[in-house]
Amino acid sequence: MFRVLIGCVILILSFGVYSEVIHKEPSLYRNILVEESGDLLCLKFNEKTRKSTQSCMYKSKPKKLVFNYTKMTFASLLFIDNPQNVLIIGLGGGTLSNTIHELYPNASIENVEIDPAVIKVARDYFQFIETDKVTSKVQDGRIFIKRAALKKQKYDWIILDAFNGDYIPEHLLTKEFFAEVKSVLAEGGIVAANTFSSSKLYQHESATYYDVFGDFVNVVTDKNSNRIILAGLNAMPSDQQIAKRVKQLAVKLAPYDVDIHSLSEHLLYTKDNQNWPSDTKVLTDQYSPANLLNY
Amino acid sequence: MNKINALIYFLAFSSGFCIMGIELLGGRILAPYFGSSVHIWGSIITVFMLSLSIGYLLGGKLSTHNPSLAKYGVIFFIASIMVIPIVLFAEPIMAFIFSHIEDSRYGSLLASTALFFIPTTILGMISPYSVRLLVTDHEKSGQVAGGLYFVSTLGSALGTIITSFYMVLAFDVNDIIKTFASVLGALGLLAIAVSQTRAKERTVCLES
Repeated sequence: MFRVLIGCVILILSFGVYSEVIHKEPSLYRNILVEESGDLLCLKFNEKTRKSTQSCMYKSKPKKLVFNYTKMTFASLLFIDNPQNVLIIGLGGGTLSNTIHELYPNASIENVEIDPAVIKVARDYFQFIETDKVTSKVQDGRIFIKRAALKKQKYDWIILDAFNGDYIPEHLLTKEFFAEVKSVLAEGGIVAANTFSSSKLYQHESATYYDVFGDFVNVVTDKNSNRIILAGLNAMPSDQQIAKRVKQLAVKLAPYDVDIHSLSEHLLYTKDNQNWPSDTKVLTDQYSPANLLNY
Repeated sequence: MNKINALIYFLAFSSGFCIMGIELLGGRILAPYFGSSVHIWGSIITVFMLSLSIGYLLGGKLSTHNPSLAKYGVIFFIASIMVIPIVLFAEPIMAFIFSHIEDSRYGSLLASTALFFIPTTILGMISPYSVRLLVTDHEKSGQVAGGLYFVSTLGSALGTIITSFYMVLAFDVNDIIKTFASVLGALGLLAIAVSQTRAKERTVCLES
């Protein structure tokens, strides 16, 4: 009887925790909520029909990453060593920036976020770290990259994370945009894009990446969820090289709950394995109905 | 309603359709250089409203000097030609503004002025000129104006929804703009042709 009771209490504690909105931040784009439920603190966008979660953090263990796709982004490290100039488009709670800063304290990290309210909430509630080397800028990602290209800046790790659960900024999913991204990618660098495209858009997106970057890698751990596209690689590493990187990274990434060994087993190379029809239309600035294609 | 009046209503409908179709695509055209923040729409809508308001003024003024269906057709034809630079020169114009103006609010405002001000002003001339051609009895002038706003604004509504729901899914932005330009030009020529045949008919009538 007592054991059943304890079981119930544990169940209630783990699932039935009452979630409470502890902060509402008005924004030009949509209202932002900070929601607390037990140990979990989440940044959500308040949309009419639902709240879409953008970023979460365990209050007791802020290092530990919550979302699978955040962890999947670190598969990038299998292909690059010791990134020095990181560009992140789309801040969220600042989780990626914080983690990369801890892993590589000497790396310069530039965060670009269109919504100043998101930056404010990341600072106030999600311990977003900013230093001389870690900066954030309020700007549209496309404009930032265009200006960076004019200034001939180069980044060795470019993370595209500007899509939220409901909406894709269509000008960030075109051949011309990817060509601009490529022009600021350093020799030997990598582009990591977090996307949730499905059905038709999956094919168009893949064809567009392929058109600009050539063969790329999909990181997919769960078929019904996000994929991380890793693109811009000059040469694909051998299995032995990957295994070597796994060994080097495993301990380093463990505190963040990133199982790099498991990730290394979920890499899908498009080389000899294209999973979209070869006549798929490439998305361009002239033709980019991404949101209409993603049903 | 006689055939000429029906033609005028149809032309006013089409110009309403094209104005909003182009305005909607404006967002798509500016996004690569100025992003898709709220202020981009602020720039586009401001420029469209401003140029329409000036167009109304000019169209009204023009309608006081020997108004005719032929001149009405010429307005459409000129509008059609002025839409073409959007297709031809948007890239270099935006690239130039982008490299000279850091703030994307003023950059997008200047770019939408450069691209849309002239064609939209000319398209704005159509509404008051249509009223002038349609009104024969001043007691009915309000009713005629009401009917005309109804038709042209209905055209705008359809131009918005058809462009944003279906056309962007099937065609390139530039191809849609070229189609709008061709439609405006063809309708202008149609109006001119109709007014010519009418003039001929009248001469024949007078001679016999």
